[in-house]
Amino acid sequence: MVDARGLSCPLPVVMVQKVVNSSNPSELDVQVDAMVCVENVTRFAHSQGYEVTVEENDGEYTLHLKK
Amino acid sequence: MSEEIKLTKLAKCAGCGAKVGAGVLAKLLQDIKVHTDPNLLVGFDKSDDASVYKVSDEMALVQTVDFFPPIADDPYTFGAIAATNALSDVYAMGGEPKLALNIMAVPEKMPKEAVHQLLKGGYDKVYEAGAIITGGHSILDDEPKYGLAVTGFVHPQKLLKNCGAEPGDILFLTKPLGIGILTTAAKVDMVSKETYARAIELMTTLNKSARDVIVKYRVHACTDVTGFALLGHGCEMAQGSNVELHLDVDKIDLIPEALELARIGIIPEGAYRNRAFAEEHVDGGNVLLAKQDMLYDPQTSGGLLVAVHPDDADALHKELKNAVPSAQRIGICKKYAGGKYIFLHDKGDV
Repeated sequence: MVDARGLSCPLPVVMVQKVVNSSNPSELDVQVDAMVCVENVTRFAHSQGYEVTVEENDGEYTLHLKK
Repeated sequence: MSEEIKLTKLAKCAGCGAKVGAGVLAKLLQDIKVHTDPNLLVGFDKSDDASVYKVSDEMALVQTVDFFPPIADDPYTFGAIAATNALSDVYAMGGEPKLALNIMAVPEKMPKEAVHQLLKGGYDKVYEAGAIITGGHSILDDEPKYGLAVTGFVHPQKLLKNCGAEPGDILFLTKPLGIGILTTAAKVDMVSKETYARAIELMTTLNKSARDVIVKYRVHACTDVTGFALLGHGCEMAQGSNVELHLDVDKIDLIPEALELARIGIIPEGAYRNRAFAEEHVDGGNVLLAKQDMLYDPQTSGGLLVAVHPDDADALHKELKNAVPSAQRIGICKKYAGGKYIFLHDKGDV
């Protein structure tokens, strides 16, 4: 789980990139609290071959990355 | 001194990315009574780059103001970029800047030498443009901001508006795209030294040379591509002119490193604001998402988007390439068919 709530872009992408580069997980959950971060993390995930589903809960988002 | 303060760390949004969204702005201005004057040649009704007021049959006054939070950590560079950007609106109207006033907000704790360098960056650019700074206004603020109010002149008959493009006109763009993405990535050190230097060079290149060339030709519309990105400003041009813009994305110079960053989601918030504003008017065709993101990327001190009579296009292109090596021929205007205003093509089929 990457908790990037409260952080503005591009930091959430940088955090997810670090995790993906170091352990290349087949699944990863990422929490953000802005649509722009949802969009950017989704783009990053797609570029790394992940499929992404997004869950919204009261202005916070959980992205499920899977490959 | 500049190493001690990271100016961009004091800014929530960088450069023209800090601009209030075009749609939001229109709502904010709704219901405010607009007074007219027969000598006002350009007001804010067409969202143009500057106001233009006819003083005589030979002379019109061009007025504009532009300022933003730090886009670079080095104060001199920030000052130079902000000034280049502010002067650009006058060039986009086909005018020549003559007088400028500083607009500055600085934190109380900002070192005096850094403020001095910031102002020097502005003064140097204004002098390079052949204009003079004659004063200004400064306030204290936690977030630094800098820019200029610029006054210039243009012959009323040679005024270039952002509307007026005609079917058949050829479109040129005078600087590459990707600045917003690069400056966003620079905040987390994800840009190579060479590309960052190129970005700074582009942002501090006056649109004077481009303006000096295009005014010799039958230019029907011109605007500078800044915070609303190529597609936002393009949309305003297309709607104001009642034409469609057909852009050949293969011909648009997208800074390669910025395109790579767009692919991995290093995209500023302003790009999404621009997309929200313009997307409904854009037919993206089969153009890759990352390339489209580049076209929505807010530019700081971007180039000119020019629509020129087709018979003048080759001559203008030749002269423009000499004066402004980064200039590109990027598409064509067509008669508005009642649907989308901008069509993106990706196989040279324009």
